Amino acid sequence: MEAPLLHLALVGTPNSGKTSLFNALTGSRQKVANYPGVTVERKEGFFVTPLGRQVSVVDLPGTYSLRGRSPDEEITRDFVLGKASGEIVPDLVLCVADSTNLRLTIRLLLELKRTGRPMILVLNMFDIAARRGITVDVERLAKELGVPVVTSIAVRKGGTADLLALTDEISAKLATEPQENSWRALSVSELRATQREADRIIADCVSLPARPDTWTARIDAVVLHPVGGLIVLALILFVMFQAVFAWAQPAMDLLKSGFDALGELVKATLPDGLLQSFLQDGVISGVGSVIVFLPQIILIFLFILLLEDFGYMARAAFLMDRIMGGAGLHGRAFIPLLSSFACAIPGIMATRVIDNKRDRLTTILIAPLMTCSARIPVYTLIISAFIPAKDVWGFINLQGLVMFGLYATGIASALAVSFVIKFFMIRDYAPAPFMLELPDYKMPRLKSIAIGIYTRAKMFLQRAGTTIFSMMVLIWFLASFPQPPAGSTEPAIDFSLAAIIGKALEPLLAPVGFNWQIAVALIPGMAAREVAVAALGTVYAIEGGKEAAEQIGQVLATKWSLATALSMLAWYIFAPQCASTLAVIRRETGSWGWMAATFTYMLVLAYAASLVTYNVAVALGAG
Amino acid sequence: MTDHDDTRPHMPLGLALRGYTGVIQHLSTKDTDSALSDIELESRLIELGFVEGARVEVLHEGLVGRDPIAVRVDSITIAVRRREAMAIIVA
Ligand SMILES: Nc1nc2c(ncn2[C@@H]2O[C@H](COP(=O)(O)OP(=O)(O)O)[C@@H](O)[C@H]2O)c(=O)[nH]1
Ligand SMILES: [Mg+2]
Repeated sequence: MEAPLLHLALVGTPNSGKTSLFNALTGSRQKVANYPGVTVERKEGFFVTPLGRQVSVVDLPGTYSLRGRSPDEEITRDFVLGKASGEIVPDLVLCVADSTNLRLTIRLLLELKRTGRPMILVLNMFDIAARRGITVDVERLAKELGVPVVTSIAVRKGGTADLLALTDEISAKLATEPQENSWRALSVSELRATQREADRIIADCVSLPARPDTWTARIDAVVLHPVGGLIVLALILFVMFQAVFAWAQPAMDLLKSGFDALGELVKATLPDGLLQSFLQDGVISGVGSVIVFLPQIILIFLFILLLEDFGYMARAAFLMDRIMGGAGLHGRAFIPLLSSFACAIPGIMATRVIDNKRDRLTTILIAPLMTCSARIPVYTLIISAFIPAKDVWGFINLQGLVMFGLYATGIASALAVSFVIKFFMIRDYAPAPFMLELPDYKMPRLKSIAIGIYTRAKMFLQRAGTTIFSMMVLIWFLASFPQPPAGSTEPAIDFSLAAIIGKALEPLLAPVGFNWQIAVALIPGMAAREVAVAALGTVYAIEGGKEAAEQIGQVLATKWSLATALSMLAWYIFAPQCASTLAVIRRETGSWGWMAATFTYMLVLAYAASLVTYNVAVALGAG
Repeated sequence: MTDHDDTRPHMPLGLALRGYTGVIQHLSTKDTDSALSDIELESRLIELGFVEGARVEVLHEGLVGRDPIAVRVDSITIAVRRREAMAIIVA
């Protein structure tokens, strides 16, 4: 008879090497999902032990105790206690410790023991401990703790062999009857007592030559210098921006021409008609317009994972904490918001580095206000058509100044919204104080970076294949039906539901100076913001669409007033109508409500900004 | 080490400047204006290793208001805001 699947859970403090161990055990046999209802990533993987036992292992969020002070930590607690909905109680808990720093993990282990779950203490990073002259009396430690202890080096080939052997040995004789669970949240005095007990055991079993990591001290002297540190951070960000905007471009162009060619192929092989239009305009260009962001997403995650693995992320949070704290943002929100300048989708996905639910939610809600690259085509079109390319104060180009103003307004509104959320909306939730371990620097590992990027890219593509795909189909449908009557000369879109909706929306949009053509363009613009440019082209019956951007500009300059153009720019600072961003928000927050809230607040802001801009401009004579 | 401690005035870690080294005497969460409740703050500090007798050293300070601070606590480095560090009484 085959033994049933053995369920393991990895528990430990942050940075103890749980994820590395998880990767070492499972390789790429991993499934990443979200826990139902919460935004916490759930990572499960599979492997087979040397004796042939099938094992499933779950990488739980790092925690210092079982008290569950954040949604992540609640997951860990509930999982270990077997209270998580739809989860199986783990057969064996692997308590992962950083061998160079045992105090906090041994205390956690003493607390974990009360749950009665069978457990192994994994002394990970044993290579680093050995290098620093730390010696551990493993047998004595096991005896004093009453728990089997094994050493491991998660990042070295074969570094988990002992752990695998021990897992086989223990799983063969696991008691079938459940153990007594006497766990309850520790009081402050119990916590102290447990820490004393842990310190006593460590004093008995571990010799610490107190040789701190000199590399970490040396790097931190520069990187955490109050001024020098900010300069280093700025340099890193500069390289990241360069990478995302410049290095990703060739790959994005390649993908884009690939999709264009595919579209052309469909156009050439299929007869004109609905099927052709569905495949070319709905599926290929719709889904394609999202997939072209894949290179940017890979690059952003490459940077994020490298910095995280190296141990720099905690430092960036340290440097930015007070600067961002004024607006109610957590230091850790910094990198995700930065990524959102490329595209809000990877930015919102990157908020997973924020472990506090409230802070993460605030960051997700404001991420779409960072000016993403998809707004650039719209900005460029309108600015070049309406803003004269003259110099102000002798040396600043007016067009560039307007562009900068649009970016700055986006950032300022993001900070303002975060401020409002902090003070009016999520008041009852205790804001996370900034308390963060600054881990010793480690050389990033190619394998874990590769696995990290692979799982993220896979998730992104899966999403593009499901949610985004269905949105695109809906939008294509609206823009294509009903079909124009035979022999009509106006653009087909004039007869579509999109146009009907556009005309119905016109009275609503008239106060901000938008005509029905703009209203219509905003609808396919939902697929991806820059599609609005092509849509305006279609609506104004111009052949060539996006390729003839300059020509569209000329037409717009004759059809729109300056006030309308400025109003359109103001609208696009907020531009709520990006279906993919909304889909990601829905997915990452696990809630339709937050998606609706984001859409609504951005719509209100867009409308208000356009209303003010239009009316001020008209009053100043630009109508 | 205790004689050394007696001769030094007790002060909150939240007031210590870069380069300060000392030993934690006790935790006193009452007068801090942290957003956390007293018990929650005390628990979190203990969980990060801020317990009586631990050696601390202020390694780094942030730019704005010298906040937050990076503190060496025995064998690890923890970043905290000065507001929360006010609860840690050192000497
Ligand atoms: N030298 C060495 N580095 C390790 C070992 N295990 C993990 N690391 C590194 O420690 C850092 C944190 O590991 P990670 O798995 O992300 O920790 P987690 O927060 O517990 O998931 C990474 O840079 C890893 O490469 C080990 O056994 N030896
Ligand atoms: Mg991890």
